Amino acid sequence: MMPLSGDPPRSRLLALGLAGIVLALMFAPFLFPGAKPLNVAAKICIFIALAASYDLLLGYTGIVSFAHTMFYGIGSYGIAIALYGLGPRWDAVLLGVTVALPLAAALALVIGLFSLRVQAIFFAMITLAVASAFAVLASQLSWLTGGEDGRSFRVPELLRPGFTLVPQDLLGIAVTGRTLTYYLVFACCAALFLLLLRVVNSPFGRVLQAIRENPFRAEALGYRIVVHRTLANCLAAAVAAAAGALNALWLRYTGPDTSLSFAIMLDILLIVVIGGMGTMYGAILGATLFILAQNYLQALMGWASATAADGGLPLLPALFHPDRWLLWLGVLFIACVYFFPAGIVGKLRGGGK
Amino acid sequence: MSALDTGAALPKARADLVPLLLPAALALAALPFVGSPSTWLTLTIAGLAMGMMIFIMASGLTLIFGLMDVLNFGHGAFIAIGAYLAVLVLGPLAPWMQAESIWLNGAAIAAAVLFAMAVTAALGLAFERVLIVPVYGQHLKQILITMGGLIVAEQVLYALYGPQQIPLPLPASLRGSVLIGGAAIEKYRLLAVAIGLVVFLAMLVILNRTKIGLLIRAGVENGEMVEALGYRITRLFVGVFMAGSALAGLGGVMWGLYREQVHAAMGAELMVLVFIVVIIGGLGSVTGCFIGALLVALLTNYTGFLVPKLALVSDILLMVAVLLWRPRGLYAVTSR
Repeated sequence: MMPLSGDPPRSRLLALGLAGIVLALMFAPFLFPGAKPLNVAAKICIFIALAASYDLLLGYTGIVSFAHTMFYGIGSYGIAIALYGLGPRWDAVLLGVTVALPLAAALALVIGLFSLRVQAIFFAMITLAVASAFAVLASQLSWLTGGEDGRSFRVPELLRPGFTLVPQDLLGIAVTGRTLTYYLVFACCAALFLLLLRVVNSPFGRVLQAIRENPFRAEALGYRIVVHRTLANCLAAAVAAAAGALNALWLRYTGPDTSLSFAIMLDILLIVVIGGMGTMYGAILGATLFILAQNYLQALMGWASATAADGGLPLLPALFHPDRWLLWLGVLFIACVYFFPAGIVGKLRGGGK
Repeated sequence: MSALDTGAALPKARADLVPLLLPAALALAALPFVGSPSTWLTLTIAGLAMGMMIFIMASGLTLIFGLMDVLNFGHGAFIAIGAYLAVLVLGPLAPWMQAESIWLNGAAIAAAVLFAMAVTAALGLAFERVLIVPVYGQHLKQILITMGGLIVAEQVLYALYGPQQIPLPLPASLRGSVLIGGAAIEKYRLLAVAIGLVVFLAMLVILNRTKIGLLIRAGVENGEMVEALGYRITRLFVGVFMAGSALAGLGGVMWGLYREQVHAAMGAELMVLVFIVVIIGGLGSVTGCFIGALLVALLTNYTGFLVPKLALVSDILLMVAVLLWRPRGLYAVTSR
């Protein structure tokens, strides 16, 4: 079990579900042809990495950050600005990543040193404030970021939809640059996920969990709480930035709505809580269920709203309007925190905490 | 402290006055940058008015945290709900609002404020009993749950009133501005400063001169000891939570009138400023919260005039500077 870092799913049902998801994602371009299913699959991959990095903070270290989308956005904008400024070249991609990842980690270090030094509870408030200031700043520095419109850019030749990799169709599917981009996203996200799984099962990860369970005791045992929490924060930020860079490459566009908006932060929170805090596998299940629901369940809500309106019922059409999707997510979120804090994975593993 | 010298009077707490001078220092420091004194006066009054409104919203949050150790991210929901309640009341009272009589205008505003405060207090009671009671002592879950509460409340407002901004015009006698020393100052801002000062002084009197206030301050310092002395701290919790929510509602009404419009997302937006203020002031400290609110609002107005793009960033920098100086905020009250 080397790739899983000695942390197998520990539940037959969970293992089956995970295997199903991973296989489906691995062969997504061939199983689900078409632009929309592939978009959904890529988004699932990216959100798995993003949610897993957030789980390192929320589930394993026990601190709530509201700045995760800021780091995600830094990665996205890093790629966007580099490719927009330098043109569709591979060294621009490389430059974007090498600037964005350390920048995200450095920012996380500064925030961590400021807010984790005194009280962990400061951290939630300070990250919220810093993230909203960053979002405002990003939309106002329009010469750099394109403002509210964001930046559309061209990706390197190899990754474009027009590029044909294999002359004949493979299994009836044309293998284009888009397929290649998908596999780039898939491979990077898988690597990031396995890296995080490795981290949480390392001695460092054990210390994080000890701090989560009992900070005083961990400190008494000689572990510096601030150092560990801050390092976890930096690592999570770097992974989030990497996920953001992949997202930008996939969308060929970066704007406030796709990378910095608070709605994405809520999505991540929900994915981690529903999947199961403190279990990396929860990110896979949570992200898959959530993104599928987001893409296909909203249509159902529209139908329910229309039906209620036809039936002449008061208030229900407004409550079930697809734009009120967050309302039900919020209710689900509160219910999850109360009734099954260990999430789906915790339930499947039996009992949990 | 030794337990032996019981005859001697308790040592007085050392008066810490440096933070009190900060808002004045900031205002004076901004004068050369702004240039014209009349513009400076307008900006300063605007900053004071905004600061008082933010103080009213933030004071409830800081008291709730100080006493109950609950960081209520849902506080913003009460701000937005308060503003919507004002719309609800002032809609039918439109003839009173448009009348040129200051008494009718005042009666309409007072009705809106009282109604909004009563309803937000009741909602605060429900919020505390239903959502927060099960998660006392668990910071992580509190943050998640109250954040969930904020989202749900915001979405319910959207569902009930729609996503558009709703106008909330000022009453006739509060429109326009007065000229003071060549500076045009909006009348409503003067009223906001007055209300903010009244609320601040009332809070100080209640906290320092009444038995309830004594119990609250004791609860902030050491809740267990208050319980051990035979007081029901749960009742105190409920009361402070309701009062804090009502203050948020009052702040929401005032902010809605200040902006002359109401929007469901305003609660979440204002929470950012409120958090910065509460952190600068020191969690749990009313005086610190007051100074923090003035500092943040003044700075926002000055930078909004000088370099508009950096208004929110300057608040973050202010927070960083204060935390470098005093890592627990201006006045550290709780030992947590």
